[in-house]
Amino acid sequence: MSEPAQPAGHEPRQATGGQPRDAALEGIDIRKSYGGVVALDDATFRAAPGEVHALVGENGAGKSTMIKALAGVIRPDEGQIRIRGEDVRLRSPEHALRRGVATVFQELTLLPRMTVAENLLIGREPRGHGRIIRRLEMPDVAAQLLAEHGVESVDAGELVENLALAQQQLVEIVGAVMREPSVLILDEPTSALARREVEWLFGLVRRLRDQGTCVVFTSHRWSEVTDLADRVTVFRNGTDVGTQEQISEEEAVRLMTGRQVSTAYVEPEEEPEREVVLEARELSASGLHGVSLSLHAGEVLGIGGLEGQGQRELFHALYGLAPADGEIEIRGERKRLHNPREAIAAGIAFIPQDRKAEGLLLPMSVRDNLTLPILRRVAASGVLRPAAERGAAREMIDRLHIDARRPGQPVGTLSGGNQQKVLLGRWLLADSHILLLYDVTRGVDVATKQDIYSLILDLAREGRAILFYSSDTEEIAHLCHRVLVLREGAIAQELQGEISSEEIIGASFREETHA
Amino acid sequence: MLERAEPLRGLGRSAGWVAARRQQIAAQNAPLVVAGALLVAMLVIYIVLYSVSLGSFPGAFEAASITNHAMPLCLAALGQTLVILTRGIDLSIGGMMDVSNSLAALKLHGGFGVEALWTVLILLIGAGGGLLNGVLVAFGRLQPILVTLGTFSIFQGVALWILPSPGGHVAGGYTNFFLDPKAPSALVWVVILGLAWAVLRRSRLGVNIYAIGNDENAARANSVPVLRTKVLAYALAGLLAAGAGIALATTTTGGDATAGDVFTLSSIAAVVVGGVSLFGGRGSGVGALCGAFVLTLLVDVLFFANIDPLFQPFYQGLFLVVAVGASTLLGRHLVRRR
Repeated sequence: MSEPAQPAGHEPRQATGGQPRDAALEGIDIRKSYGGVVALDDATFRAAPGEVHALVGENGAGKSTMIKALAGVIRPDEGQIRIRGEDVRLRSPEHALRRGVATVFQELTLLPRMTVAENLLIGREPRGHGRIIRRLEMPDVAAQLLAEHGVESVDAGELVENLALAQQQLVEIVGAVMREPSVLILDEPTSALARREVEWLFGLVRRLRDQGTCVVFTSHRWSEVTDLADRVTVFRNGTDVGTQEQISEEEAVRLMTGRQVSTAYVEPEEEPEREVVLEARELSASGLHGVSLSLHAGEVLGIGGLEGQGQRELFHALYGLAPADGEIEIRGERKRLHNPREAIAAGIAFIPQDRKAEGLLLPMSVRDNLTLPILRRVAASGVLRPAAERGAAREMIDRLHIDARRPGQPVGTLSGGNQQKVLLGRWLLADSHILLLYDVTRGVDVATKQDIYSLILDLAREGRAILFYSSDTEEIAHLCHRVLVLREGAIAQELQGEISSEEIIGASFREETHA
Repeated sequence: MLERAEPLRGLGRSAGWVAARRQQIAAQNAPLVVAGALLVAMLVIYIVLYSVSLGSFPGAFEAASITNHAMPLCLAALGQTLVILTRGIDLSIGGMMDVSNSLAALKLHGGFGVEALWTVLILLIGAGGGLLNGVLVAFGRLQPILVTLGTFSIFQGVALWILPSPGGHVAGGYTNFFLDPKAPSALVWVVILGLAWAVLRRSRLGVNIYAIGNDENAARANSVPVLRTKVLAYALAGLLAAGAGIALATTTTGGDATAGDVFTLSSIAAVVVGGVSLFGGRGSGVGALCGAFVLTLLVDVLFFANIDPLFQPFYQGLFLVVAVGASTLLGRHLVRRR
């Protein structure tokens, strides 16, 4: 519920940009942590009526958390949210909506098995006698609404699940705008849109701004930020580091990366061997457009770029989890990877960020989890030999410093980092020579991270080839021999030699492809 | 798919636009179309088998018999539909039918006033039982299958306590009014149920139920009162189950505290045959009514096909698997044809 507004004369915190007197939406000194991880640390964000305000920052800088707090999805641990100068405690997105703050999230909130019309008009259906909803009229009403907002390409009578992602996004945006909010928040609204639809969105946003609406948006495309935003606020490490009207890309990148107190990274020393272990040519799938790469023995090849630029799709394609066009050669031999089993047989191991969903059997023991792919080796004619199994498990526990009291301990009782080690150990036992590491250190504590870093470099030294993606750009910059930066499902740039996270982020944002 | 470059205001639509729209609606309601087709096919088979084995066409008496026998399942299936649309399931329907069946056999005689009062009371008891399910599922955040499995047994126990051994009777006048054995007047109730469904589909509550079944979080984001709607869906299902129990007592003109048990599964079967998605958010109560009639006709068809009664469950099961499989394929075909 709303509390009395701050007394007049209350001085807002100093900000670097021009401070408008009347703010449409403010999040002041917001703190939010998940478990031990601090997502927002005294972050402040202010947006004024009649302006388009961009929120930019690296992955994990806290933009999404700030948006969720402003939209009522999460409740901040500390700090104050104000809408038009009035203190509010938002309970839910609907609550925010009633206060005039409409948000279009990255994950859409459409009802898939209902029509576009039913979605747009939910709660505001045309009604006849006795408040009976006139279902047959709904597609026409909705089509008219869509047309009023300049959307011609969406059939209002169609089920949402039959629409392309971009069309769904248009419906979602129109649905939010229809509610005539005083603040419209768009979280990565363009990531699913093609150029023409982006232009439509820009037109819409400018029109709303001219009518006095405050539009807040995030984008991974720098050109959109400069095209559209009246002001830009940069986030880094969970807090705001500046709000400016005119900001150059270099300045923004400098603000985004800052001078971080660097963790002690182990840097790769030797040049990798030149033997190509995995060669992918023109891999294409949904979200992935013609990616070619070669991975050498002993190499840690980084896959950089902002979140959701095709990294996951690339890893899934290489592990046979999602069908992809293109060619894959492993040690010079053409392979078609239809499923993970074929990928495993070809010596590929995939270690995902979500250990629970994609690999570990939590209630089972460390030993069982480790020896799962090598059961044949620890069994004699189909019967497991406990001694052999224990031996193999022990070896890995010691080698990887897995913090387990005994091999029989259920994996679910280990910490996240140790679970990740078990997963790594499993594939070491299976002698996988190509390791696909997808954001393996997310949610892992610093000490275990260090263990994992040195382990990765050890593995490379042994001659294994490693493809490495992390949402922490700093990690990629330090651990990898080479980095391929993905943008919109294609390789935007290849970086070699001394790589800095600034370079990676610069390449992630830049629009034109560099040779 | 149709390209939407046509005019927006009602007039001047090309024939192609109308045809495309019609096809779109048919495709979106493919399961309902298939369920209707299945009912027609079943009726044809029934009439053919009847006339072949008895040498005459079925008449008003047969129509009344089928309709009356279908009524309990129609009501139970409609209730089940409401819950399944929210992506839940109500296993307690059979138990609630036991309770209302027993009460009906004990109380539904002795004059208009008493009968009317007890009819209302039994329906309210049903709604109350459903309310309990709904509260446990919505506010208790318990699994629907678990909650309703529990209340199923509880209701069974209550029914046995009410009517320890089969007996009682329903007044003849009551039976003749609701489910006349000589004339298919009960078809009126079927039409009323169908219309009631159409109204529900066009009400706030109906929209909310479908929205929840689509995606609970998205529904919440669209200001749908998720908890309240769920509770209402379960309560209505309980009310309809109580009605089904009364109908059962009326057709059998007596009570049995275990007669309702089978309806838990047969209501789910009717819902599935009727093309309602067990994943929620898709399907129609009218389809469930079709499904209830298809399953009722099946019993007669098997009878006329001279199937040993002992083997009836075998063929019923076979039919269920084949019918659901075939209608799924047919539905997919209808959607793809566009």
